[in-house]
Amino acid sequence: MTATAESPAAELGRARTRKEDARLVTGQTTWTDNLVLPGMLHMAFVRSPYAHARITGVDLSAAKQMPGVVAAFSADDFGEQGSLPCGWPVTPDIVIPHHPPMATGEVRYVGEAVAVVVARDRYTAADAVGSVDVSYEPLGPVLDMKTALDEGTPKVHETGNLSYDFVFPTSGDIDAAFSGADVVVEREYRQQRLIPCAMEPRAVVASWTGDDVTLWSATQIPHVLRFAIAAFFGIPEQSIRVIAPDVGGGFGSKLQVTAEEVLAVLVSRMVGKPVKWNESRSEGNMTVHHGRDQWQRIAIAADRDGRIRGLKVDLLADMGAYLMLVTPGVPILGAFMYNSIYKMDAYAFRCKGIFTTKMPTDAYRGAGRPEATFAIERIMDELAVELGMEPLELRERNWIKHEEFPYATISGLTYDSGNYEAATARAKELFGYDALRAEQAERNARNDTVRLGIGISTFTEMCGLAPSRVVGSLGYAVGGWEHASIRMLPTGKVEVVTGSSAHGQGHETAWSQIVADQLGVPFEDIKVLHGDTQVSPKGLDTYGSRSLVVGGMALVGACDKVIEKGKRVAAHMMEASENDVEFVAGRFQVRGDPEQGRSIQEVSLATFAAHNLPDGMEPSLDSEATYDPHNFSFPHGTHLCATEVDTETGMVTIRSYVAVDDIGKVVNPLIVEGQVHGGIAQGIGQALYEEAVYDEAGNLLTTTLADYLLPSAADLPSYVTDRTESPADNRLGVKGVGEAGTIASTPAVVNSIVDALRPLGIRDITMPCTPERVWRAIDTARASAASGNGGASSNGGAA
Amino acid sequence: MIPAKFDYVKPGSLDEAVRALADGGEDAKIIAGGQSLLPLLRLRLSYPDLLVDVGGIDELRGVIDHGDSLVIGARTTHYQVVHDPLIGEHCGLLAQAAGTVADPAVRHRGTLGGSLAHGDPAGDLPAVAVALGATLIARGPGGEREIAAGDFFVDYLTTALEPSEILTGVRVPKLGGDWGYRYEKFHRTAQAWAIVGVAALARRSNGHVAEARVGLTNMGSVPVRASAVEAAAAGAEATRDALNAAAASAADGTEPPADLHGAPDYRRHLARVLTGRALAAAAGV
Ligand SMILES: Cc1cc2nc3c(=O)[nH]c(=O)nc-3n(C[C@H](O)[C@H](O)[C@H](O)COP(=O)(O)OP(=O)(O)OC[C@H]3O[C@@H](n4cnc5c(N)ncnc54)[C@H](O)[C@@H]3O)c2cc1C
Repeated sequence: MTATAESPAAELGRARTRKEDARLVTGQTTWTDNLVLPGMLHMAFVRSPYAHARITGVDLSAAKQMPGVVAAFSADDFGEQGSLPCGWPVTPDIVIPHHPPMATGEVRYVGEAVAVVVARDRYTAADAVGSVDVSYEPLGPVLDMKTALDEGTPKVHETGNLSYDFVFPTSGDIDAAFSGADVVVEREYRQQRLIPCAMEPRAVVASWTGDDVTLWSATQIPHVLRFAIAAFFGIPEQSIRVIAPDVGGGFGSKLQVTAEEVLAVLVSRMVGKPVKWNESRSEGNMTVHHGRDQWQRIAIAADRDGRIRGLKVDLLADMGAYLMLVTPGVPILGAFMYNSIYKMDAYAFRCKGIFTTKMPTDAYRGAGRPEATFAIERIMDELAVELGMEPLELRERNWIKHEEFPYATISGLTYDSGNYEAATARAKELFGYDALRAEQAERNARNDTVRLGIGISTFTEMCGLAPSRVVGSLGYAVGGWEHASIRMLPTGKVEVVTGSSAHGQGHETAWSQIVADQLGVPFEDIKVLHGDTQVSPKGLDTYGSRSLVVGGMALVGACDKVIEKGKRVAAHMMEASENDVEFVAGRFQVRGDPEQGRSIQEVSLATFAAHNLPDGMEPSLDSEATYDPHNFSFPHGTHLCATEVDTETGMVTIRSYVAVDDIGKVVNPLIVEGQVHGGIAQGIGQALYEEAVYDEAGNLLTTTLADYLLPSAADLPSYVTDRTESPADNRLGVKGVGEAGTIASTPAVVNSIVDALRPLGIRDITMPCTPERVWRAIDTARASAASGNGGASSNGGAA
Repeated sequence: MIPAKFDYVKPGSLDEAVRALADGGEDAKIIAGGQSLLPLLRLRLSYPDLLVDVGGIDELRGVIDHGDSLVIGARTTHYQVVHDPLIGEHCGLLAQAAGTVADPAVRHRGTLGGSLAHGDPAGDLPAVAVALGATLIARGPGGEREIAAGDFFVDYLTTALEPSEILTGVRVPKLGGDWGYRYEKFHRTAQAWAIVGVAALARRSNGHVAEARVGLTNMGSVPVRASAVEAAAAGAEATRDALNAAAASAADGTEPPADLHGAPDYRRHLARVLTGRALAAAAGV
């Protein structure tokens, strides 16, 4: 729960500004696109303008003749390409289609690469793309998950449009729960398709020296990428070096093995020169894997007093055209989360993975848990209405009480800790919940044209991916451990090598704080190294809010070993027994005689000199540790959102937003605030602004940020944040925080909008809740009220 | 997002620029702040052979007081328009609307002349120019001419400027102290374009609106002057109800676009609601 007894927590909890920020925000660093290698050539991709078509010919001759163009290739030139990997077959009979990096035979989404040109500069490469002549025979697009399995719908793959049908082992007697319940509420929710928009677009450089290749990529997963290229593309693992230099955000979109990465490696070998590719935002919107895209059918059964009896979830999840790294697993992660913080008698979950002719979906901040949290928190509000109960009270009646932890949930997880009462009480207080409810009642009573709504999200999530054994049993291809090593330099400075490579999170600062505490060395004396498989050879990278809870614990383990070795050396130096030496705040000292001691720096130098070490001891304090967690991490919290809805225009304005998060101990409050703020913003993005839209031919319409709207600081309220702390089951006492805000905020916002409009007879608005959709919902509700059909429901117009 | 190849010149005087543009013929284009043109080039929707940068021409910058009107240099940035004291005093509507354009980065680069010459009906300033009764001053090989804002906008991204003409400035009549104004912009994010915008001016007298002018953003292929509203508002009581009633005809005869941010019927509805609000604000009620 706390740092080791002998190390005072001087750094833990300190709001240090981030040591990496100066170089990151000024751009004076090695972003992949800043790299220039001698002789480097530039790649540009020719991409399919069709959602689905047979490729009948690719004529590269005109492009090849352009001055400055060095080469051009289509699928034929690559021979047997191998298949981009899917690492999460969720059922034994899942269909995983062959997924060549360069389309062969057929294209299955707009933007799929059909050819690549290589030129001396990127301008020429871009020009040459227009000279490649590809002929297509159009095939029928498949754009609607709901009709994708119907007879007569074109097939995305020969095997049809079903990838898998996953049925979660039902817990409890679901039929009895539903037939015996007083109330059953059933709804269908739409998780729209989202486009992850990392600040830094994807970028790749590949360079061969002899038989060895170095791949620089703006990736979240240098280690997994190296393994995948070795395992699936026939290049010996020891010949591959992957470097993720400074990476500007990912949100899951760079948790991927992409066609462009693999093709860079192959093309560089073919042309015998380093090659670079850097995507444009429009190219990225089309071809960075997308997120969410599900239809969620959810039914909840409860007694009159509010006690939940059972929950049934039935999903359709859009895989897009292919299964990428964890595509099929994303909705399945949600299977564990629909029950959320609530107790119930029975639970059933089923999900069908559907192929469509769209960009594949995959992990996007929260991956599965935002979808689950949205659906359960939305339907809890609906159930409260059905029961005539205060929505917070309904939640409290059902949630796990703080004294009931550890708690084995209906979906088979064991939550280690939590205190939903404390977080909710604090959130209510900061929000001024009762006063806002009173204001809402008053405004409703006078038919105010601007309605006030209050949205609740009492969420939890599973993160810190993950215990290797558990993910193994779910079919996940790799484990969930993390690696760290500590190198004690002769001058007493410290190099920390972590397998968890940051892409904006601030690991260099947080890791320095942890190690400073553990080893009693100054924060400034610590250098954190990561993101290069030659520097940090072992690791499973950064995603799933895992870095601190898994990677941080690996650090602690490695520090322990340094201290153990240091004790031996120090004891020898002081001619004391090793058992009498204790380590306190950076000093090895003799118990009971603290004057007698050696600093860790002195011990480090003495070990380096190696003149006088204990017999048989290696002259090194360096240590490494690999940590495999025994459980997930379960952060939770209560988020409350107040919105004002202008019923004349449909405009939604967030008036106040309170987030009380329980993430255990905080290493750096500034970094945590950053994660919470950014996370909430991203969740608000889904609720109000973002949606990937394809037209009826399968063209992506939202290719620019003028059409794919992201909120900026100017659109967001000033959040009120606070934290409660229940103990986490690891030595640092920490839980994950990278995705919590995103998971929590989307339902808080939509619940508040629906709460504002419920008096008008509205019970849902489809996300994103654009002004037009809100206005149409109001318009429809008014029209049906006027025609006497009170209590109309509306899903808003499908604009 | 890489534009096709083009040549680039940056003349130091207006005469040189006029010559460069004329020499470049049909395939030459002026570039000012580049905030509309560069996206078109990068999306490869426009392929000029020559860009003539007017950024080096001092005569195109700044604001000159001509007594009953101001002449604002075409190269004046949105940021300068927002902060210029003469504009603030005599045609505050323009400053207010320029303050709603995009974000600070765009406002520091984008120019008044560029916004008007681009002729985008979704831009905020064309409707304002129309409502203000501005006149656009153009210089070509044949000399200078002035074009009324109402005649300047011909079609979507098309203006009355000849390819060889440079917009040098905008003449804006000064508004008397009895005029109130409001630019009501409806957009989903701060940085986004207007779904609909309403530029309203109202002269108040004795609790009534004596005279009103209304320009609409993004309600057709050119900025729209809502003359029916102006007629209905003239003489109306300065009350919300009366002005809302006048605004009921705001969408009459308009052909608003359909896009991801709004269908035409929604835009018509917004035009009515926002016109009522803008008029009320302009009339101080
Ligand atoms: C992200 C973003 C958001 C934006 N949002 C908005 C918004 O909300 N509202 C809004 O109104 N605008 C918006 N804009 C556009 C912005 O206002 C531009 O500044 C403006 O449209 C063009 O001005 P410019 O100086 O950049 O012109 P340029 O892009 O340089 O030129 C635009 C066109 O005008 C021509 N031109 C420019 N100057 C002259 C001249 N002196 N004589 C003749 N022709 C000339 C050019 O040849 C070109 O055809 C946005 C732009 C961006 C990038």
